[in-house]
Amino acid sequence: MRMRPSAAGYFGEFGGKFVPEVLVAALAELEREVDRAFADPAFWNEYASVLAEFVGRPSPIYRAERFTAEVSPATLVLKREDLNHTGAHKINNTVGQALLARRMGKKRLIAETGAGQHGVATATVGAKFGIPVDVYMGAVDVERQALNVYIMELFGATVHAVHGGTQTLKDATSEAFRQWAARVDDTFYVIGSVVGAHPYPFMVREFQKVIGTEARAQCLERFGKLPSDVIACVGGGSNAAGIFAGFIDDAGVKLWGVEAAGDGIETKRTAASLNAGTVGVLHGSRSYVLQTADGQVRETHSISAGLDYPGVGPEHAYLKESGRASYVSVTDAEALEAFFDLAKTEGIIPALEAAHALAFARRLAAERGPDDVVLVNLSGRGDKDINQIRAL
Amino acid sequence: MLSNIFKPGRLAFIPYIMAGDPDLETTRAIVSALTEAGADAIELGVPYSDPLADGPTIEAAGTRALKNGVKLSDVLALVKEVHEAAPPIVLFTYYNPVYQYGVQEFARAAAGAGAAGAIVPDLSLEEAEPLRLALGAHDLEMPLLVAPSTPRDRAAEIAGQSGGFVYVVSRLGVTGAGQAPNFEPVRKQIAELRSVTKKPLALGFGISSAEHVRAVRGLVDGVIVGSALIDAYSNARGNEAARRAGDYLKALREE
Repeated sequence: MRMRPSAAGYFGEFGGKFVPEVLVAALAELEREVDRAFADPAFWNEYASVLAEFVGRPSPIYRAERFTAEVSPATLVLKREDLNHTGAHKINNTVGQALLARRMGKKRLIAETGAGQHGVATATVGAKFGIPVDVYMGAVDVERQALNVYIMELFGATVHAVHGGTQTLKDATSEAFRQWAARVDDTFYVIGSVVGAHPYPFMVREFQKVIGTEARAQCLERFGKLPSDVIACVGGGSNAAGIFAGFIDDAGVKLWGVEAAGDGIETKRTAASLNAGTVGVLHGSRSYVLQTADGQVRETHSISAGLDYPGVGPEHAYLKESGRASYVSVTDAEALEAFFDLAKTEGIIPALEAAHALAFARRLAAERGPDDVVLVNLSGRGDKDINQIRAL
Repeated sequence: MLSNIFKPGRLAFIPYIMAGDPDLETTRAIVSALTEAGADAIELGVPYSDPLADGPTIEAAGTRALKNGVKLSDVLALVKEVHEAAPPIVLFTYYNPVYQYGVQEFARAAAGAGAAGAIVPDLSLEEAEPLRLALGAHDLEMPLLVAPSTPRDRAAEIAGQSGGFVYVVSRLGVTGAGQAPNFEPVRKQIAELRSVTKKPLALGFGISSAEHVRAVRGLVDGVIVGSALIDAYSNARGNEAARRAGDYLKALREE
């Protein structure tokens, strides 16, 4: 598999740089810095040391025996990204981007956030490295993720509620792009997923690759073999891109991305871009987009704010088209059932995002035999979702 | 041809309006009022859900138009209807509606409707070529944008490929009248552009007052006025909106 995008930033026909001219120079500057930093062992050493001492890596793998006991003889293993500092995989990426911003001498970080996890992760590294942070968040998400808003403010970040459009993640992303354009000289835009214009999808994937690299070594050590299947939820797709990257060259390992079907992919209330979308251009790259026939980006729905996004990273579009990964979807109801079941059977509260991966994992594991290891990326913990679920 | 609207020693005025804001009937009336008020060309916005290069005024105008269900095909139909009695009309659209319409089909339809060209603010130089060539095959022009952050060599390359005129962005950031432009860095960039291209230069983003017009007279060949114009008629519709738009442009032109 070709893992590096083309010079123009394409994975196959997906990716590119569809941005206003005002941002082109900033992308070029970032591209140069990414090339330099990624070739510099000192950069990766510092990244690894922050991940070890601050984030708490490596995250363990955990055999969830009771979660699938009734349906499957296969071994279900969770990669515990929920145990990271700030409670999700998002921190791997923000540490990397903050280190880049510091090398580039940027004075301010901005970020968009849906569920708040990426906003919290950015606010965290802003506090740690002493860089001011502004976070843009849809007004609807500010309401439904009030606890995360408070945490971001506790870390000294300023949270801006975005009232345009549908007041969710897509509008927060559009607003962050605009704010970046206005202060492109001194501002670093910390994008939270493998989306956006090149080099973001590639760069973010490289920062999340640590998940897959660790999990692969851990499976070999623990079970003496690779998993039969690797499963991760996909909104923009960064946790999936990260864990897939560790196994991409292992042709025998099946890769599964799980999208949020919402009420169902046949309904309008869905967020499953790869399953229900068409090829389009959104937020800087060509990929699959939930849109109308005349190219307007659709309102989406998912019970999980973190998956409630009408686009998806271009590398996933490429993995889908090339057949290397398969993309399925799970409804709100199925995700909720998995959420409660994991809590009851394992004493772990998954993020609603990760509950989508778990729901599919149980379905798939039922088809696997006793010799199979099914690996699921438990991308985040569900404390942030507790109030929302209690209110149901 | 768009380049024909620019005359030596004279500042061309290019108003921007959003098609379908608040309705297509009003847009029709505004086009004729702007024509009467001496617009040299009209930029006609195609409503889009996620306009990355636009500030709050134009985003809100697009949202109002989208609520009315206005599509690219409606905008093309409107151009067909009004273009003969209007100055050259340039479509201002984000790329995704064009991409869904089909790049070749869009070029054919825009030419058939009588448009003079298209501006697509989220198509960087690197991604613009397919559409630029498709439009060119129908003698339509595609002005490209140069931003204050654009390095010198790249600005020269953009100017070389730009059709009709070079769209010079007056400041970092998005469209909108809220933030006053600082023309000093623009002066330097204009001088640099003049040394590499003979194409007309039109300045846009943040031009909102007579004072701004005075400041750039003699510096550039044209000005593009969008958000401030939309603000001038945003609470009205029909003939009242058209009257306000026409008055606004007249007042600016007379400066």
